Amino acid sequence: MKRVIVCFLSLALLALLLPIFASCGGKEEITLYVYNWGEYISDGSEGSLDSNAEFEKWYEQTYGVRVKVNYSTYSSNEDMYAKLSGGATKYDVVVPSDYMIARLIDEGLLRPLNYENIPLANEIEYSVMFADGIPSYDPEKAYSVPYTYGTVGIIYNTTMVDSADVDTWDLLWNEKYAGNILQFNNSRDAFMTALCKLGYSINTESEAEWREALAELMAQKPLVQSYVMDEIFNKMKSGSAAIAPYYAGDFFTMYADNSDLAFSYPRGEGERTNVFVDAMCVPACSENALVAERYINFMLTKEIAIANAEYMCYASPNRQVFLDADYQATMQEIHPDAMKILYGTDDVSLELYENLPEDKLMLINDLWEELKIESPINASIFVIAGVILGGSLGLGIFFAVRSRRRKKMLVGLWD
Amino acid sequence: MKQKRSLLEKAAAVPHMVWVALFILGPLVFVLYFAFTDTRGKFTFTNIELLSSYSHIFLLSICFALVATAICLLLGYPLAFVMARAKPSRQKLLMIMLMLPMWISLLIRTYSLMTLLDNGGLVNSLLVKMGFSPVTMIGTGGAVILGMVYDFLPYMVLPIYTSITKLDRKYMEAAADLGCNSIQTLFRVTLPLTVPGIVSGITMVFVPSISTFYISQKLGGGNFDLIGDTIERQFKYPSTYHVGAAISLVMMILILISIAVMNRFSDGDGEEMIV
Amino acid sequence: MKALSRSYLWIIFALLYAPILLLVVFSFNEGGSLSSFTGFSFRWYGEFFRDQVALQALKNSLFLALASSLLATAIGTFAALGLDRMRNRYVKGAVNSVTNIPMMNPDIVTGVSMMLLFVAVAGVFGLSDILGKWTMLIAHTTFSLPYVILSVLPRFKQFDKTLREAALDLGCTPAQSFFKVELPAIVPGVFSGLVMAFTLSLDDFVISHFVSSPDFQTLPLYIYNQTAHEVKYSMYALCTLIIVTILALLLIVNFAGSIGDRRNRRREASK
Repeated sequence: MKRVIVCFLSLALLALLLPIFASCGGKEEITLYVYNWGEYISDGSEGSLDSNAEFEKWYEQTYGVRVKVNYSTYSSNEDMYAKLSGGATKYDVVVPSDYMIARLIDEGLLRPLNYENIPLANEIEYSVMFADGIPSYDPEKAYSVPYTYGTVGIIYNTTMVDSADVDTWDLLWNEKYAGNILQFNNSRDAFMTALCKLGYSINTESEAEWREALAELMAQKPLVQSYVMDEIFNKMKSGSAAIAPYYAGDFFTMYADNSDLAFSYPRGEGERTNVFVDAMCVPACSENALVAERYINFMLTKEIAIANAEYMCYASPNRQVFLDADYQATMQEIHPDAMKILYGTDDVSLELYENLPEDKLMLINDLWEELKIESPINASIFVIAGVILGGSLGLGIFFAVRSRRRKKMLVGLWD
Repeated sequence: MKQKRSLLEKAAAVPHMVWVALFILGPLVFVLYFAFTDTRGKFTFTNIELLSSYSHIFLLSICFALVATAICLLLGYPLAFVMARAKPSRQKLLMIMLMLPMWISLLIRTYSLMTLLDNGGLVNSLLVKMGFSPVTMIGTGGAVILGMVYDFLPYMVLPIYTSITKLDRKYMEAAADLGCNSIQTLFRVTLPLTVPGIVSGITMVFVPSISTFYISQKLGGGNFDLIGDTIERQFKYPSTYHVGAAISLVMMILILISIAVMNRFSDGDGEEMIV
Repeated sequence: MKALSRSYLWIIFALLYAPILLLVVFSFNEGGSLSSFTGFSFRWYGEFFRDQVALQALKNSLFLALASSLLATAIGTFAALGLDRMRNRYVKGAVNSVTNIPMMNPDIVTGVSMMLLFVAVAGVFGLSDILGKWTMLIAHTTFSLPYVILSVLPRFKQFDKTLREAALDLGCTPAQSFFKVELPAIVPGVFSGLVMAFTLSLDDFVISHFVSSPDFQTLPLYIYNQTAHEVKYSMYALCTLIIVTILALLLIVNFAGSIGDRRNRRREASK
């Protein structure tokens, strides 16, 4: 019996280890390490195009060299930053957001792009994202090629929300909808909604303005049903909540499952909202910069860019995409106003996140802490717990005293 | 005859002792170190002083855990009692049924509970269909306590069940012979004799309830913090590790003291209590 | 009274199983919703087996559980031997109580304390990226150790010491007597310790949450990320598969156990 178990265990261990060894051998090929957001590329599911497989095929046909795309994902800029600056893996292509690009450039972690290898970069229309056509995170456009961009708006359920109340951040503070409002469960985004409501810059230098924003969030707290991140999807789909601030692109995913949902941009007096840009960059540590630049260019080709844009539903700054009639028709099918929601943001004032100085980040952390430890729980729980504690203590003492008295009695009898 | 110990016997525990020193004591030393230093590594009491602003969270967590433990005990004792009195073949089946949920990840169970109780969830849509108005459950303290009870009930039942089945039936027979009715037997014989089971059940429910963060995040909607949430949030950014370490340290000491008190309490009881 | 107790039993079990049942039923739902059942399909099972991240997480979980349980069992078994033979009562007591710390401590404290250790060590050596597979292995081995010792130590205590003396008298070296006489007697304890360590490792979320990195995900971490993000309904398929596997295992173990019992009883009866 023992031997059988040992055999079984060692076999199982071998089976697990084999793939590790197996990957060491093989023909010579280039491995391209791509590090992107989760769910951020057309991956061949449900009949879509598999962008990475297409690239491998195209590269071998064009240059006669086999390339294997090692594709991994992250769920926040900070995760990506930790991995990249750690240097354990030599990534070739990363897709950070605006403020993170600025930080990576500052720290010398990115490599300037050779635009000769990325001719399609001139298809990028910067003016749809920035009024002046200049990306503030990378004014020279030396390090990054935008992949997608998106804006934050307010998603609401038309069966629960009066249409007269929408189109302003005040909706998130509207007492009519107490208990049906969702808020971001991360400090920067939650403060963004409050700052935008107040009409302040979302990167404000003034501590007083951050404190004012905290006061707004404190006032909002009793109205909030939950502080959530991506649980928003499920809550909005099932009708468990009526109002949530979120990204325009993700609205379509929710709309597909619940057609009662609608999207609005805050257009009130002095109001603004956040826009993000995720751009493709080549890290300084890349060992295959040429292949990486060709990869970036490949992602900009019409067919691939449209497949990706349709898969993600985020806005694409690529002219070949947003001017394409077929793409527009597909988006129209997803939602009648899709094009307007994604690209019609001319009359909304947009602002990018900037890299905040260390002391401001600490301040936000402290303020967020103040908000989170504020407890709306009423006092009854303390009373109940007190009764339980008192009761069990009383019982304990009662039994202890009784058993001691009885023991004494017994001892007395014995004597 | 005094045997000489072989080298194997002498050295056998050494790897374990090294491991334990490195990975159990070592981490605790670092908790201490972080709790009493600032980000620049200087000795400071500020982290501990800062804890005063978290005192209401400690109180709240203790209260939640207490209420959840009490409910578990009230529900779990009868359950264990009924299970222990079932036919032996049936007992085995009941045990499997009780254990099965414990083998399913707590995350899954809690998440599923959340979708059940949500405003648009199954319970509320049933209520609406039956003509009642929907009840908001997610985001309330009640939901969090329900989640704790639901997730940790088996931890209460198991030790009590074990201590009841270990009881010698003769005690009960003797009590009955001496004129106790079944309720008297329960309260004067069975209950006192199973105090050790109850105590270990209480610690097994209380400790995870007081330190949970998943349950309060999902069922409490992030509206209020328990200690677990606070600690978890502190460990997201390196700059707040120090405060997080201080909170963990205090919680650990509180729990170890209460476990020690509980054990002392149960040691003295037991057999002599039925006298 | 009997009816009352029976209905109490069923009510509790019904409440205990309602959320699990919900998952199982809705894993066969055609649409992507937990509130309305639109049609029976295996769609989400297909999705699960196409989900590379989930499959990788499953692989990681199995690897970690196997490696950490083997390591914990090896260290723990020898530790139990050493503790059993140890004469210095104070050392023994100290080792025992330190070993039991992870069992008494809340998981979150164990998790963050290990994380602090790793982070501090990484800081000293100038590494920025230490969390991952190896830290997970260390953490899982550490929290499994007390359970292994708990299940092996009693076996050593129950072992009849005269058997060992007999073996020594018959010419065994101490090492031989350990491996040939004593070890076979404690194998059941070792095995149950191994199984316990394996399941603990498979199930652990809280400690892993603190000592892992995004690129070494285990199944519970994957589930956590799923429930924190937009839930893919293939997760329900995964849960159903887990439930079915566990149920099958439990039934097999139970069935095998009862056959063994019957055989033993028959053997005893025939004597």
